[in-house]
Amino acid sequence: MSDFVHSGWGWFVAITTVISLVFCLVLLIIASRRQVMAQDNTTGHVWDEDLKEMNNPLPRWWMWLFVITVVFAAVYLAFYPGLGTSAGSLKWTSVGQYEVEQEKARAAMQPVYAKYVSMTAEQLAQDPAAMGIGQRLFLNNCAQCHGSDGRGSTGFPNLADTDWLGAGTHDYVKTVITEGRVGNMPPMAAAVGSGEDVKNVAHYVLSLSGSAHNSVAAQLGKEKFAACAACHGADGKGNPAVGAPNLTDKIWLHGWGEQAIVNIVTQGKTNAMPAQGKLLTPEQVHVLGAYVRSLSQTTRVAGN
Amino acid sequence: MPSRKPAPSSIATPPPAATGAGGDVREASVFMYQAHKKIYARAVSGWFAGWRWGLVWATQLLFYGLPWLQWNDRQAILFDLGARRFYIFNLVLYPQDFIYLTGLLIVAAYSLFLFTAVAGRLWCGYACPQTVYTEIFMWVERTLEGDRAARMRLDAAPWGADKLLRKGGKQLAWITIGLWTGLTFVGYFTPIRDLAVAASTLGFGPWEWFWICFYGFATYGNAGWMREQVCKYMCPYARFQSAMFDKDTLIITYDAERGEPRGARGRKADPKAAKLGHCVDCNLCVHVCPTGIDIRQGLQYECIGCAACIDVCNGVMDRMQYPKGLIRYDTQNGMAQHLNRSQLLRRALRPRVLVYASVLVLIVAALGTSLALRSPFKVDVVRDRGALARLVDEGWIENVYRLQVMNTTERVQRYRIGVGGLAGMRTDFDGTVVTVDPAQARWVPVAARVAPETAAAAGRGSHPIDFTVERLVDTPADSPHSVVEHSTFVVPR
Repeated sequence: MSDFVHSGWGWFVAITTVISLVFCLVLLIIASRRQVMAQDNTTGHVWDEDLKEMNNPLPRWWMWLFVITVVFAAVYLAFYPGLGTSAGSLKWTSVGQYEVEQEKARAAMQPVYAKYVSMTAEQLAQDPAAMGIGQRLFLNNCAQCHGSDGRGSTGFPNLADTDWLGAGTHDYVKTVITEGRVGNMPPMAAAVGSGEDVKNVAHYVLSLSGSAHNSVAAQLGKEKFAACAACHGADGKGNPAVGAPNLTDKIWLHGWGEQAIVNIVTQGKTNAMPAQGKLLTPEQVHVLGAYVRSLSQTTRVAGN
Repeated sequence: MPSRKPAPSSIATPPPAATGAGGDVREASVFMYQAHKKIYARAVSGWFAGWRWGLVWATQLLFYGLPWLQWNDRQAILFDLGARRFYIFNLVLYPQDFIYLTGLLIVAAYSLFLFTAVAGRLWCGYACPQTVYTEIFMWVERTLEGDRAARMRLDAAPWGADKLLRKGGKQLAWITIGLWTGLTFVGYFTPIRDLAVAASTLGFGPWEWFWICFYGFATYGNAGWMREQVCKYMCPYARFQSAMFDKDTLIITYDAERGEPRGARGRKADPKAAKLGHCVDCNLCVHVCPTGIDIRQGLQYECIGCAACIDVCNGVMDRMQYPKGLIRYDTQNGMAQHLNRSQLLRRALRPRVLVYASVLVLIVAALGTSLALRSPFKVDVVRDRGALARLVDEGWIENVYRLQVMNTTERVQRYRIGVGGLAGMRTDFDGTVVTVDPAQARWVPVAARVAPETAAAAGRGSHPIDFTVERLVDTPADSPHSVVEHSTFVVPR
């Protein structure tokens, strides 16, 4: 509608609407009488030798249907928006209706979630109905990035392993879902040293998890790793308090291999999980969080 | 609007024209919105009226009765729009089975084509809900207000206690039938037994209220007030079925050759001596006509083919001791060429009828076969859209899919999911077997993975794979069955 910002358009629509409605009634009146041949009930017009236009009158009740539609239109326009920029006496808007329906849906869901609110994450993980709800919430809201099975992909964390970038508790998961999370690794090339140094550090990092690496380079990179230790710890086991990942496992969120590590060290990385708090209610987040945590537990039950 | 006169018929007498003096061309101004003229159809009994009442009973026992039948501990026929499951006896249909509804509609359409080509508006005259409910409503009217003459008297009479009682009683009965019909209709979509319980306290939901009242009002209005107006002005079928008529189609016709010149005469009088045809001009055929036409003017678009005029005329012919059939089912060719019964029958097997019949048989057979061979479950495979592929431990490549398994039986079913298409492909999902509740659908995330060597051999890009879902035989009622669904596996660059 941004093309029609001038207030004149509102008047144009309103006037056209009123004229059309009045015209409908006028047409009904004009068409109510007709000249016919008294003798054979035709209009006297003949085409193709024998095709005559007969007087086939409309039933009167049908005419009343027309009148009713015009009256309906007038009543509708009085109550609802339609007459140009008039909002109608009911002040109806599609956004308003959407919000009312949302409110209704929330009220309808209330009893479903009521019993889950008092349950712990462990109890929820044992409840097939709760896990079924959790799975559907996950498929609708999370699977787009984390995958239908929650195992993520490059740049999107695997939720089905036990490697958490934060505390990994139920409360932590709920907070991340509600508020989102920004993971930030600053570019560290300047602190590490030359390009060669960065490569060596990459090999050292590879060696931490026992992955294939060049041991000479790793030895050379070990002392340069001091620049990384502030966050990842001297032993490279990471620090959940600042969201620094553990480098000693074989989990590679941003890609495996020398090149991937070099890229991260030189360029850094800011990775964001968007906040879902506006889309999900706290009760939904409670059940969803329990489902997400259950993905990495072996004792979970299948949802239904 | 240009239109021809009612179907040209060589045997019809022309309609009595509003003749001006000397037939001169005189113009008159007329009001174009015709006032409704009430039709007082006279009661009729006879062979065809018997058929119509038979069909009224058959269709209405079916319509009012079916929702009350129970099957497998649930309503035998229930269209659960909320849950999108459609139960018809043993069948549990999903929205994906919409094709069966299409098939049913095609069967219905071709049946109509076939019947219409052979014998005209059979549907209109005997089985159409408009006819059936009008018949029921007219029966109520007759019972309370009497037959044609009595009704006309009553309408003309001033309002009094008797008139009030009769008219009020009629309205009450009509409204009751209408509401009962509405309740039954809704009973196909919400369990009717719950609905009946709710009816005792008027505790319907808003949509139930709406549809009961709407359908009830439609029944009451159409069968009580609109009647022939529906057929004449609203029904599209009435208008397009002329396309299925030809000169060998059975229609209800008046034998003008035998009937004319019409005229009143004594029962003992010899028509030949009086130079009269067999039509005694009693006008009974006009009085019984539910659409208020005179069949003696030939085939008219208003004629719904109810054969009431045949029944009543045959009665008159009997009393006059003339042969029956002055008004009868006959074809235009039959009338013109004086064809006998076996000749008419032979002409009924003309190409158009045979084509309609063979298409009908073909579609019924296809529909039946398709239903008989229907799979007890359905599977949909949806690839994850976010990430095409990912690398996992030891360089294996994984793609993620969601399988929707739809159980179309009313037992708990277990399924095993397998994948094939690339050497050594493996699936990985929660447990090895999926359990799905009766008539339920379930989404199952499934990861398929291949070894790096296989991926390298297959090359980059997308490769066709198959998911095989196999039903496990848990009860003797389950026969082994498997469904294969195709998808693709992507090996990244």
